[in-house]
Amino acid sequence: MIEAVLKPGGDAATALYIVAFSLFIVGIKQGTHPTTAKRGNLIAAGGMAIAVVTTLLLDGIGNWGLIAIGLGIGTAVGVIASIRVQMTEMPQMVALYNGVGGGAVALIAWSEIRHGISLGEEIPLDTLIPVLFAGVVGSVSFWGSNIAFAKLQDLIPTRPLAVPGQQVINALLLIGIVAACVDIAVNNSDPSQGIFIAVLIAAALLGNLVVLPIGGADMPVVISLLNAFTGLSAAAAGFALDNVALIVAGTLVGSSGTILTLEMATAMNRSVGNILFAGFGGAPAGGAAVSGEERPHVSIGAQDAAIKLAYADSVVIVPGYGLAVAQAQHAIKEVADELEKRGVTVNYAIHPVAGRMPGHMNVLLAEADVPYEQLREMEEINPEMQRTDVAVVVGANDVTNPAAKNDPDSPIAGMPIIEVSEAQQVIVIKRSLSPGFAGIDNDLFYEPNTSMLFADAKQAAADIAAEIQQL
Amino acid sequence: MSLMTEITIFVLAVFVGFEVISKVPTTLHTPLMSQTNAIHGIVMLGGLIVVGYADDPLEYVIGTIAIAFGTINVVGGFMVTDRMLGMFSRKPKPKGGADK
Repeated sequence: MIEAVLKPGGDAATALYIVAFSLFIVGIKQGTHPTTAKRGNLIAAGGMAIAVVTTLLLDGIGNWGLIAIGLGIGTAVGVIASIRVQMTEMPQMVALYNGVGGGAVALIAWSEIRHGISLGEEIPLDTLIPVLFAGVVGSVSFWGSNIAFAKLQDLIPTRPLAVPGQQVINALLLIGIVAACVDIAVNNSDPSQGIFIAVLIAAALLGNLVVLPIGGADMPVVISLLNAFTGLSAAAAGFALDNVALIVAGTLVGSSGTILTLEMATAMNRSVGNILFAGFGGAPAGGAAVSGEERPHVSIGAQDAAIKLAYADSVVIVPGYGLAVAQAQHAIKEVADELEKRGVTVNYAIHPVAGRMPGHMNVLLAEADVPYEQLREMEEINPEMQRTDVAVVVGANDVTNPAAKNDPDSPIAGMPIIEVSEAQQVIVIKRSLSPGFAGIDNDLFYEPNTSMLFADAKQAAADIAAEIQQL
Repeated sequence: MSLMTEITIFVLAVFVGFEVISKVPTTLHTPLMSQTNAIHGIVMLGGLIVVGYADDPLEYVIGTIAIAFGTINVVGGFMVTDRMLGMFSRKPKPKGGADK
């Protein structure tokens, strides 16, 4: 039997927790550059190992059989999932991790309440209030994340699913949750477990109802926001358990999720509130909807595209989520390789919401062996567009629409875009002229320097690569 | 620890978090998210603590699931982040045909 060596809340345990969270911060700091990020991740993992071992050595830790079962199941699932997951599925995986993280917090909160009740003493409010917060936010995150996962995995329709009177129901649920929490806090000498369970269930409903009406294109924001929620719930659990490692780690996660949420919302030029409560499709009902008639455009084949590209000095590839759907990353990389062999400079312009989660497109291209130096952020590449000979848009639409800049009445007016129309020539690889998520026509397709290549992205890229080889 | 000490730690951690994380480039935002998922797995400490004073079957089950959930985050999060970052730090292949 292992002897308990550390006193909970004692100096030794706290010191070790401080070491652990310092390593988290160092680890994230190293994550600011691709060459050091891998080491940073290991440093953070080392911090976690210290935190876990410290806790296992605390006095009062027991039921070792259950601990072994929990650790065993968790490790097995974690290892298998992390090896098997495809990079295109990373948004689903992060959604699931947000979910189980929130779920863990909600369960811990429930256990704390039961423990408090069984002691039969008054539960101090500085424990009880964080427990209630952790339970509510944890439950919302768990259920919201499961819905986000189901949408990303196409288990349920990705289009916004709205229930009539939804805002009212959500508001009533929220009021009910707050009222029940106040009741528990006021009766903190003998809180009702039944009411607490009702709070968890109401929070679960709220999590479902908030995420269900959100469309697939808004998923980057939702995932980031749920990430922030789980972080806050962990910090709250830290307040309840007087555990400094949980407070700091949870706060770091909360900050990260918050920054990413705001960044994603800015990249779509929408407020977080608008995304959460308006559901896409409701917004652009104005005059800029797709007009029925066909506007004149230039259509070319793979051979013409290959010639344009091969005799260019600089090419910028603008990938969108359509590229990932068509699994065209590797084919596009082949085109880039062929071009580089001929001395053409190739860069990739990545819009912040190009994938289904923050930074998703970068990972997909890194997987296809694109060097990270060629992955350029929107602000960085836009000034270079004028000096670019050919911009190739693959599977992207709204994020290249010049209407965002030129037409103040457009539903996407003000949304930051990749300014491909500034390039000398533009090639758009797309199946048809159909509009993107925003449901509006893309003026880019009809500009005189734009050529449309109507094809599946993967097939088109393979054809272009073959044609370049022939030249 | 007093409540005020904890709030002090929380507020300082907010500033540190914003400072450090806002410097992470967009390119690495997906690994950042999976890494923060892993760090969030620290809630498994809470699971370990509550299982310690669990004394009925329901509490055993709740605590064990909480530990398992937290462990999934920790193990899966750090491992998948490592896998992704491996793709970024891969050395570019020598470009054979580039300099002929």
